[in-house]
Amino acid sequence: MIVSLEWLKDYTDVQVSPETFCDRMIMSGSNLETMEMAGEGITNVVVGRIEKIEKHPAADKLVVCCLNIGDKEAEGKDAETGLLQIVTGAPNVFEGAYVPVALHESHIPGPLHGQPKQEGGVSITSGQLRGVASYGMLCSFGELGFDDKVVPIDQRDGIWILNIDRKNDAELEKKLGMDIAEAMELSDAIIDFEITPNRPDCLSMIGMAREAAATFGTKLRYPETVCRNEEGQASDYISVEVRNDACKRYIARIVKDVKIEDSPWWLQRRLIHAGMRPINNIVDITNFVMLEYGQPMHAFDINTVAGRKIIVDVAKDGEKFVTLDGTERTLDDRMLMINDAEKPIGIAGVMGGLDSEITENTDTVILESANFYSNSVRTTSKRLTLRTEASGRYEKGIDPNLTEAAADRFCYLVELIGAGKVVGGKIDIYPAPEEAKPVHARVSRINKVLGIELTREQMVSYLESLEMKVEGEGDDMYVTAPTVRQDIEIEEDIVEEVARLYGYDELPVTIPKGNNEASQSYSRDIRDAVREALCSMGLNEIQTYSFVSPKSIDNVRIAEDSWERAFVQILNPLGEDTSVMRTILTPQMLEVMGRNYSRNLPSMKAFEIGNTFVANFIEEKGLPYEAYDVSFGMYGEGADFFELKGVITEMLYKLGIRDLKFVSESEYGIYHPGRCARIVAKHMAQLENGPMEEEVELGIMGEVHPAVTEKYGIGTKAYAAELALQNVMELADMTKAFKPLPKYPSMTRDIALLVDESVQVGQIEEVIRESADEILRDVKLFDIYRGIPIPPGKKSLAFTLTYRHDDRTLTDDEVVKVHDKVLSDLATKLNAVLREI
Amino acid sequence: MKEALQQILDEARKRLQEAECIQDAEDVRVKMLGKKGQLTGILKSMGSLTPEERKELGMQANKAKGEIEAMLNKTFEQLKEKAQEAKFKAEKIDVTEPGKAHKLGTKHPVTITIEEISKVFKSMGFTLTEGPEVETVYNNFDALNAGPNHPARDWTDTFYINDDVLLRTQTSPVQVRTLKAQKPPIRVFAPGRCFRCDTPDATHSPMFHQVEGLVVDEGITMADLKGVLDSFAKQMFGEETRTKFRPHHFPFTEPSAEMDVSCFKCGGKGCRVCKGSGWIEILGCGMVHPSVLKVGGIDTEKYTGFAFGMGVERVAMLKYGIDDIRLLYENDMRFIEQFK
Repeated sequence: MIVSLEWLKDYTDVQVSPETFCDRMIMSGSNLETMEMAGEGITNVVVGRIEKIEKHPAADKLVVCCLNIGDKEAEGKDAETGLLQIVTGAPNVFEGAYVPVALHESHIPGPLHGQPKQEGGVSITSGQLRGVASYGMLCSFGELGFDDKVVPIDQRDGIWILNIDRKNDAELEKKLGMDIAEAMELSDAIIDFEITPNRPDCLSMIGMAREAAATFGTKLRYPETVCRNEEGQASDYISVEVRNDACKRYIARIVKDVKIEDSPWWLQRRLIHAGMRPINNIVDITNFVMLEYGQPMHAFDINTVAGRKIIVDVAKDGEKFVTLDGTERTLDDRMLMINDAEKPIGIAGVMGGLDSEITENTDTVILESANFYSNSVRTTSKRLTLRTEASGRYEKGIDPNLTEAAADRFCYLVELIGAGKVVGGKIDIYPAPEEAKPVHARVSRINKVLGIELTREQMVSYLESLEMKVEGEGDDMYVTAPTVRQDIEIEEDIVEEVARLYGYDELPVTIPKGNNEASQSYSRDIRDAVREALCSMGLNEIQTYSFVSPKSIDNVRIAEDSWERAFVQILNPLGEDTSVMRTILTPQMLEVMGRNYSRNLPSMKAFEIGNTFVANFIEEKGLPYEAYDVSFGMYGEGADFFELKGVITEMLYKLGIRDLKFVSESEYGIYHPGRCARIVAKHMAQLENGPMEEEVELGIMGEVHPAVTEKYGIGTKAYAAELALQNVMELADMTKAFKPLPKYPSMTRDIALLVDESVQVGQIEEVIRESADEILRDVKLFDIYRGIPIPPGKKSLAFTLTYRHDDRTLTDDEVVKVHDKVLSDLATKLNAVLREI
Repeated sequence: MKEALQQILDEARKRLQEAECIQDAEDVRVKMLGKKGQLTGILKSMGSLTPEERKELGMQANKAKGEIEAMLNKTFEQLKEKAQEAKFKAEKIDVTEPGKAHKLGTKHPVTITIEEISKVFKSMGFTLTEGPEVETVYNNFDALNAGPNHPARDWTDTFYINDDVLLRTQTSPVQVRTLKAQKPPIRVFAPGRCFRCDTPDATHSPMFHQVEGLVVDEGITMADLKGVLDSFAKQMFGEETRTKFRPHHFPFTEPSAEMDVSCFKCGGKGCRVCKGSGWIEILGCGMVHPSVLKVGGIDTEKYTGFAFGMGVERVAMLKYGIDDIRLLYENDMRFIEQFK
């Protein structure tokens, strides 16, 4: 809500600086967006009158003007005539025009006509224009700092003619030579307040004045609404029928003998300072009253209203209607319309029709000041995708009791500025008048919620300053707010009114009683532990959007009917790229790797912990399955399959998941078919009939398929993995328990085995573990060798086996017995031949 | 014999003085005291002497042996020291050569900020809770007193999955979940992701993070709200931070407020960060609206509560001076590594 401070002073006497005004309004609940000073940055610009215009001797498009600037001293002022010569290219100058004259060494906010805005404005000095002396410049609205969107249409392409309607010549003559800001009363503080959706009453000057009066303890003055002279009866001109209860109230008033012309400057200036463009007297008054009261109004030319009858009803389905902006719109039977006896003439609360618009020839006007149900206007506006100042206000909610005062105010202003003759009486259809309902509030409760001890009297004075009526006695207050305050419904609303006028900053500062033990979920603990482990191993954490393109799953070559395609779809995404919720994290990790690679980063190692989403197929409108994953990605120096495997193994070890199996996988599209593994954890499940070893898949890892790295623009080998944290969480064991350090020495045996290439290290380890008894404490691969003298198709794998007993020193015989069994099992099960080391 | 002993002693002293390395000294030891050494020779030859002579010479020979051993020890000591000095000199390294790389990974700045905020609230006894990113319309709006016509429910503002399900626009639905699951006293905070239909630019992101807070108990006042959040601001932004509470509006709190903190860049004098005002808007808060408490079946006469919510990206950007929110989700490693 843009508030002109000068205008606000019409309704209440605030006598403070604009800064203080803003500061205190902020603290009482009107938050500030911006404050600007209008009329600033203009120096040495005065009112002048063009006495004579001559052709420029050397330029067709320029004219030489002689200006009367009264008694004002200025360089270049002719000693004899007292006139000032200025050359201009503006097409709209005429002899007798009053104009703003920027004298030699003057300053204007700018920008100059046709030039971009300059910080700090523009300085004007005398000079020669095509050989003719020019002692200054005639200014346009824009050059004096007005935004193009508020400049009257007929003044946009030329000098600001102060007396365009020639009505105020006499007044202006007295102001010749006067500073332009003073003469036209431009100085003002323009304050833009943020109005929260619960306070549509503040989208009006009177509403803001009510707030200001309560804040500063001043009195609120309502505007004049009573006309001096009224002729005839409105009901002789028009009848109104309301056929739908979405129209809560409809008031029509009549103005005859209308003269469409420009509004007086005081009215134009207020609209301009409020950010609106002056159009003509009738339109300007409707806008002025809308800004004053917050009540939108519409004026129809009575000659276009068939049957002199207004019918408020829903449209016929499929009906066509051309709105004021010249667009043809298709209506439906949920849209409330203003019709005459034959056809629609306006969309209720949204926009009038082109055919009933006020024109220069309009003689008699029907003024509509009506109240429409906010949802009806919202629906219509949405369905037509047509938002207007009026529809915005109706959507937020308007007090139906405002319509009458606003209609009367319109008529008062028409009479005041002589825009027409006001016809007496009004049509007022108001089937269910809204009355203010008192709200019960308790003094004790207000104090209890705020943590203070105010007296009833203090509270009452705050409430009364907001025009609320307080009844009841003792602890009980029955508070009746003015009907514009549609937000006052329950006791807590009264608590807030008291609190904000008492001042939030005045409330004490205390710490709540009671003691709570802070904690967090196990799932969060696990995620924190994963993050700490991975950061300590040198991986950076990334975070990517929860929504992705459905194509990302194609990009990583996931098969057609995979669960990874069970997307949760967003109905109204910003674009296809963010149209489904991610089912896995890896595609975004690849995207991030591609981005870093393309920015010439030679290597990276990263992880992401994030939510994944799978559609709920059981319950159509149920929430999807949401679960945390951790993804990994690395490329460049130090990145390879076993580096990544080592990171994952260590991370899981830290979480107490130590019995892992990596199983070859050749079918998963993201990865190289020969360099991919499913990560499986073995654990003892506690089943009904005792513990049983179970295998749980935690995730998948591998070298990224070359077709995928190419797709993501990663020009080197990349490695990635993704683990389901839900499964990790179920197996994790973060308890730490001490086991005594070994008391007896261990014995190690190194063996080298010759096996076929196809035999995996994991298989050998498994055979060794199964075959040895509990004295085997560790199996560790320490060498892999291929080449002479190993025959092709074979490899040599060297392991260290560690044997130990907790309670005694092992004898050679004991170890030999177990070790020999291991070797013979390896030979029979895997055809592994022992080599000499 | 005596002369011979004296000679041995003299020679040993001379040669040890001249010894340059441990081997030189070792040679002396062998020559004098070894199995075939000169002194050993003298001792061996004593058999032919009379007992008196033997006693006399034995004493002298032992004395000489002792002297030589002492000299040898001393020489060995000196030479060892000398050798070590030479070794140290040869082994001198250039300490300015670079250290071997042991890179720690870096947490994402959003994570770091959430952790900092979490630390403060945990220290005040708040329990960390979480809710799903895909929420019901009811939990995100209706239960929070944002009725069917609330503008935030527009399709232009909120991402929908269907009529009943959406991407949560705030972490406030966690309040609803908590109120339904728990009886007072309640003291929780909830970090998490939120989504709104904002086209990405320097200050907008369709996905962002919030931290929500909720306290419900007997006798909770707005003064308590101020106390907790003022304490948070001081712990988060520095002991000298001041706070300002301005009236505001949220559907799920009444009274509602916004909290500003004195600018932590300029201390309140006014600068680019606080746009000259000296204050930075940090969070929204208020006393929990009775209709929200009622969702959890809580007796609003007995219990009162307060709630708050803040944007994590905003705090991170202000704290670290990040000027474009999009940088947070580009994940350029050079960006992330700045927050180590």
